[in-house]
Amino acid sequence: MTSIQTERTISVTVNGVPREATVPVRWLLSDALRHGLGLTGTHVGCEHGVCGACTVLVDGEPTRSCLVLAVQVDGCEVTTVEGLSRPDHQGGEVLHPIQEAFRECHALQCGFCTPGFLTTIAAGLDARDAGTPISDEEVDELVGGNLCRCTGYANIKKACRSAAEKLREAAS
Amino acid sequence: MTTKFFGEPVRRREDARLIVGKGRYLDDIGADAYAAAFVRSPYAHARVVDVDVSAALEVEGLLAIYTYEDLTGPMAEPLPVLIPHPQLHAPRTGYTLVRDVAHHVGEAVVMVVATDRYVAEDACDRIAITWEELPVVVGVDAAQAAEHAVHPDVPDNIAARHHQETGDVEAALAASAHTLSFTQYFERSASMPMEGKGVHARFDPDDASLRVYSSTQASTSVRAAIAAKLEMSLDKVEVIAPDVGGGFGVKIVHPWPEELLVPMAAIKLGHEVKWTEDRREHFVSSAHERQQRQEVRVGYDDDGKITALDVLVWHDNGAYTNYGIIVPINTATQLCGPYDIPVYRAQVFSVYTNTVLVTPYRGAGRPQGTFVMERTMDRIAQERGLDRLEVRRRNLIQPDQFPYDWGLTFQDGKPLVYDSGDYPGLLDKLEALVGWTGMEERRAEAAARGKLLGAGLAPYVEGTGPGPYEGAHVQVLGSGKVLVSTGLTSQGQGHETVFAQLAASELGVPLEDVEVTTGDTRRFGYAVGTFASRAAVVSGNAVALAAKGVREKALRIAADVLEADPGDLEIEQGLIQVKGTPGALIPLRTVAVLSNPLRYAFDEAARQATQFAGPADDSKPPVAVGDSPGLEYTDYYSPLRSTFAAGAHAAVVEIDPATWEIDVVQYAVVHDCGKIVNPMIVEGQVHGGVAQGVGGALYERMAYDRDGQLQNASFMDFLMPYASEVPPVDIDHQETPSPLNALGIKGAGEAGVIPGSAAIASAIEDAVGRRIAAMPISPSELYDLMRSDTAEVVTNTPTTTGAMA
Repeated sequence: MTSIQTERTISVTVNGVPREATVPVRWLLSDALRHGLGLTGTHVGCEHGVCGACTVLVDGEPTRSCLVLAVQVDGCEVTTVEGLSRPDHQGGEVLHPIQEAFRECHALQCGFCTPGFLTTIAAGLDARDAGTPISDEEVDELVGGNLCRCTGYANIKKACRSAAEKLREAAS
Repeated sequence: MTTKFFGEPVRRREDARLIVGKGRYLDDIGADAYAAAFVRSPYAHARVVDVDVSAALEVEGLLAIYTYEDLTGPMAEPLPVLIPHPQLHAPRTGYTLVRDVAHHVGEAVVMVVATDRYVAEDACDRIAITWEELPVVVGVDAAQAAEHAVHPDVPDNIAARHHQETGDVEAALAASAHTLSFTQYFERSASMPMEGKGVHARFDPDDASLRVYSSTQASTSVRAAIAAKLEMSLDKVEVIAPDVGGGFGVKIVHPWPEELLVPMAAIKLGHEVKWTEDRREHFVSSAHERQQRQEVRVGYDDDGKITALDVLVWHDNGAYTNYGIIVPINTATQLCGPYDIPVYRAQVFSVYTNTVLVTPYRGAGRPQGTFVMERTMDRIAQERGLDRLEVRRRNLIQPDQFPYDWGLTFQDGKPLVYDSGDYPGLLDKLEALVGWTGMEERRAEAAARGKLLGAGLAPYVEGTGPGPYEGAHVQVLGSGKVLVSTGLTSQGQGHETVFAQLAASELGVPLEDVEVTTGDTRRFGYAVGTFASRAAVVSGNAVALAAKGVREKALRIAADVLEADPGDLEIEQGLIQVKGTPGALIPLRTVAVLSNPLRYAFDEAARQATQFAGPADDSKPPVAVGDSPGLEYTDYYSPLRSTFAAGAHAAVVEIDPATWEIDVVQYAVVHDCGKIVNPMIVEGQVHGGVAQGVGGALYERMAYDRDGQLQNASFMDFLMPYASEVPPVDIDHQETPSPLNALGIKGAGEAGVIPGSAAIASAIEDAVGRRIAAMPISPSELYDLMRSDTAEVVTNTPTTTGAMA
């Protein structure tokens, strides 16, 4: 008789914290993060990988957490919107420049798609040479894969440019 | 009032939590809740013969299965007709679970509750329903033909015949020098917020109270509906709209079946229950809007001035009329826009089809109306050989004609009277902003690059801020914190920020001291809801009035303490002081403490208000007759009638004659929403509206096949614009204050979307020289149109010569 394994224990580093969790093998990563670990900042907009609201970083790469099973990230590092800020070594938190820029540029309205944009853009900005001015094509690429129904994207692009500029100033 | 924050682009207070993932949306609530899932009708029109749940009963983790048979009392009755209207002669609504016949794909038939959503869906998969298929009606033409009926007791499929007129249109048409008549179509789209609907309910059996969270635009009315349907006392039900991930209209409809069924299950199971709508459910079981067939007759004189307009609209209301006929009334009454039309008649036939119900989506009938009016203007311009901008100018209502009484009845039941406006000013600004007179040079330049360039424009008027009322409560605490609450809900518009600006300005306190709560019936029980660009107008004025009430009470108490006249006092930075007398001051927070005479010193601040704290006037009671303890005030704003915002958009398109891809290369908006509280937020609303307007014009449609199956019920197939599809938007403002409210504001929420299809259709027609009489239009449809032998060839008068014609 074959037995079907319906749960598996996985080890994942989530937002810098090593964690072990026993999850049903069919659970999506989005469900494991939201309902297993209580990290509800990751939002589910379509559950078919198109809107990008659920984007998290798996080993630094933007990944649609609704298209990945939780067991697939065993051994990986996952970063969610909750993990984009960094400790300021004084007990507080320093936001990622793209988070600050979203607020400064009014790049969000209802905020539901925002976590997916923030993780995607943060990864893109962190991966590029901060000393080089960002081009329009780069901005289009960074914001082009996610859906937003509120903002019309103009201010999201603006936030992208603003955060890139902040990073450039910091790098110079 | 001081104007320190009014009109300032202050940053949003909502954002601090939303950019770090600390928002609290519906599905973020209730980690331990049971999960509900639904078996929905796979057929557009079919009778339930049998529901067999036996296989589902074996699913481990299943907790309950509900069908219509399990509903009792008011729950077994049809859902309410939310907005009855005398001309809605055959209203029909569904049941919370299908009783015997499903009238569209997606109607809920069975509710399953289980330990989690995966298990609930396992059980759903094992429920076998035997159906008897019935004939299906899709589209307004089939509904009108009435070969089949959606509801057997409505054999002509007509739910409502709406009719309004301002004079004898037949006589006026007969007397007109020129007439035109034509027919055009407008397709369905939908609000499609990034967060679908959702409901969480928790019942406390010890005190028989129910708390419901719903991703709704109308929490007070959801509360009343739950109380009525579940036969509970209103005081035992509280409804809270948490952070809501966009609404755009679809969440104003209520009670959705799930808003009743989830609380019912929570009560029956004695455990919290949650339902989170998935995207496919949202496509097939929420609401759509916009489909109409429009038959137009217009009369005009040699100068292109309209003398009579007659419009017959066949409006697809879907399978049910839960939200009444608000959408087609908006089309009928808002259609004429900024134009002075001496004789006007609108007739609407609102018809049933076997499709998802039609209820307001941002713009709510106005985009269709603007499409009628502006396509009419273009035809007159073409026929008369006039520049399209010029023919519009000739027909405008002039600034000295306000208030402009149409002699029609608006969707709020009030007279349709434009309060104020400067429509020639809008067109002047738009002409400059888009560079209208330089378009022929640009057309030639594009042609040299192998592209067809065209420009179009469309002004509109939008009735905003309808009543009946909103209210607000403002309270100053002993800590100095100011609590503001209003019952109206928020879906991302920035109400926390805007209402804080209004309260802080009125009270003279720092913005950081103000905390705003919206859509929570625990805090404010009387409200109407968020729709029709009404939040800033109605709740905004209510917040200002309530803050004014607090200010007056604070000054009265402070005047006693400072032995001054209230009229000599001012509040700055939370300090009440005698004008011109430095040092004679008292903090507002101290006044809040003193306003509540106490026996018990529960904290340091309270000590100042206890009975032995200071000298007292023994001839008076501690709280004067007619007064009340606490520094707080509740007030309401009930508008006499709607305000009327306006604007004008222009689009420039470039079309590739090889692929017929349509690229909107420029989009210009001139916008007048009266006094602006926060220009950053208003511009954000315009940006988002324009994106939806472009989506509605070029990409979005609900592709029903003739069996009533929605063929594109996913984000893969329903093409919502990404950043790559939205053009840059240039915005110019004009401020024409409304005389109807103290703040002079009109609404801004829907403006951006309204003229999109009209302006873009005009631009495409201008580029390709073929009549555009149906929107949206795809590259393949444009290709077909260009190859068609029957497509009408049209020629616009060059924009450079327009003013001289």
